[in-house]
Amino acid sequence: MVSYMDLIIVITIAFYLLSTIGYLAFLFKQQDYFNKTGLYLLIVGFVAHTIVIIGGFIKQSHIPVSNLHETLSIACWSLAGVFLAVQYKFNLKILGVFAAPLITMIMLVAFQLPRDPVQTQNVFSNFWLVFHIAAIFTGEAALALACGVGILYLLQERAIKTKKRGFFFKRLPSLDLIDSTGYACLVVGFTLLTIGLITGFVYAKTLWGRFWAWDPKEVWSGITWLLYAALLHARITTGWRGRRAAFMAIIGFGLLVFTFLGVNFLLEGHHGIFTQG
Amino acid sequence: MKEIVLIGLNHKTAPVEVRECLTFSGDDTASALDTLKQTTDINEVMLFSTCNRIELLMTTEERHHAVQIAKQFLADYKNVPQQDFETSLYVHAGDDAVRHIFRVACSLDSMMVGEPQILGQIKSAYRLAAGKKSTGVILNRLLHKAFFVAKRVRSETGIGDHAVSISYAAIELGRKIFGSMEQKQVLLLGAGEMAELAVEHLMQQHVSDIFVANRTFERGVELAQRFKGHAIRFEEIADFLQRVDIIISSTGSPEIIITADDVKAVRRRRRNRPLFFIDIAVPRDIDPKINHMDNAYVYDIDDLEGIIEDNIEDRNREAVKGERIVDEAVIHFQKWYESLDIVPTIVALREKFDTIANTELRRTLNSMENLSKENRAALIRMKDALVNKILHDPTQSLKSNGYHRDKSYFLDTTRKLFRLDD
Repeated sequence: MVSYMDLIIVITIAFYLLSTIGYLAFLFKQQDYFNKTGLYLLIVGFVAHTIVIIGGFIKQSHIPVSNLHETLSIACWSLAGVFLAVQYKFNLKILGVFAAPLITMIMLVAFQLPRDPVQTQNVFSNFWLVFHIAAIFTGEAALALACGVGILYLLQERAIKTKKRGFFFKRLPSLDLIDSTGYACLVVGFTLLTIGLITGFVYAKTLWGRFWAWDPKEVWSGITWLLYAALLHARITTGWRGRRAAFMAIIGFGLLVFTFLGVNFLLEGHHGIFTQG
Repeated sequence: MKEIVLIGLNHKTAPVEVRECLTFSGDDTASALDTLKQTTDINEVMLFSTCNRIELLMTTEERHHAVQIAKQFLADYKNVPQQDFETSLYVHAGDDAVRHIFRVACSLDSMMVGEPQILGQIKSAYRLAAGKKSTGVILNRLLHKAFFVAKRVRSETGIGDHAVSISYAAIELGRKIFGSMEQKQVLLLGAGEMAELAVEHLMQQHVSDIFVANRTFERGVELAQRFKGHAIRFEEIADFLQRVDIIISSTGSPEIIITADDVKAVRRRRRNRPLFFIDIAVPRDIDPKINHMDNAYVYDIDDLEGIIEDNIEDRNREAVKGERIVDEAVIHFQKWYESLDIVPTIVALREKFDTIANTELRRTLNSMENLSKENRAALIRMKDALVNKILHDPTQSLKSNGYHRDKSYFLDTTRKLFRLDD
């Protein structure tokens, strides 16, 4: 059973890797079939990945987040899923050049990590926990894409402003499309992050009897949430967009990565168990 | 065997003074074809004339004679002494003529490589000639191949990509900023040929409103009417900055008209929507500092010309790929053209019949095992005789010249009828 699972994980990574190659070929060659190939390979990888996740679910009868390997794997799976959704909605072809390598990299890192589940104490699987995890991961995936889109925006804006054009000018779509894609990612990501935080509070209340425990992860999540809230607020009230919004999306994601990983490694708290190696 | 011959001159070989004396209008071309068709040494003929080239394409059995006739004809028809243009003429025959016409159709021989009009011009010249029945099997095939190659070059290379005029370069940039120009509002400051051209191109992109501001209000009204837009007073420019998305400026003003402060003032009210300034004026009308502000982009005439230079370089690089595609097509055409020779056609015809007869005979003999050796030999003899008899008349017809004027027509028909090229 375990070896089967390993095989599917390898297949997943192989397809993600091939997809990355397809997208890189698209970046340089600009032929649409490379883009299509990259997309289809990613879809196959995503399906294989889904099987891995379901397998983990069945084995543990619980969302498989009992160690860093599984946590990263789920984060990666969410990213692939959200990317496919964004791709379907906006057809921002070049985004695959960002997403596919990122997905592949996370999967490769995850693959290196030990896969024995860490004994969890005091964690009860219930509806709120599942909801909490699902919302947080999908939200983070969307915000990761918002960061990628932000990078694309900065590249294209620079190409236009400096009048040098060059490598990216031809290959990237219009600023308007990049900006609205980023905004959509941001709205979805922020909404899910909010839902994730709320369900987390509810879960904490049912488990520990209080909503907020000043756990470092909670604190940093709160800070991240405030940053994104400020960004969205500025956009809605004054039409804040463009370069600064792109910068904020990138900084926000940096903060998010810190909250996701850094807090667990550098600070102590009740989320640590999910990322112990 | 007939030869494809092309005689002509273009912007590279002849100055405009020579070209304008020899230009053929549509009516001229029609009557010229009527005259040329009558000459015995020219079998098929078509003529096309644009502002950059005049070319006469024909098939003939007597190349030198035909070329002489063509030169004489040009001189007589246009009333220009032959020596005035003779040095500018080029004559291509066979493969070279085929390659030349392909290159022209693909816009590889154009003054601006990749410009799209030439294909349409050749098409209409061909339509005219075909309508007059002055083209036959060879030129019909040649021109259809030329159209096909041109299409291929356009879709497989970037020869037609990227703007090579100021106004198109501006629109290309606009697309990189706004995505689509639809529903965008445009403000034109001043007037001028280039600016007006840019506005016209923007109109084709379905921009929503066009505002025109001119120092003299009457001139503004006039321009606004032409663009179906609205004239505004020069003093209102600052207010309108709040509404518009694209500003094209081309005034004769010695000082700057829109300052960074003007833009700063409307930024919040515009909710940071992007602003794109196209400054064609010299001295400049738009403060270059605006380009450093978020969501505002300023391109002046030098920037746009820089883009065009880059794009021309790109096109020239792509043209190399185009040449390769043309070379391929020339080889293909050459194959077909050679097949129009009599001997290969007869050989191919015979091979086809022999193959069929042999296959059928083998099948029959296999099912008749107890046939004697003599009987077998008799059947084989019968097969050979059958094939010979059937092929006798067609072979004679193809060989003799008495039955028909245009050999290539019969050869082509034969090859098509018996599918000899499959």
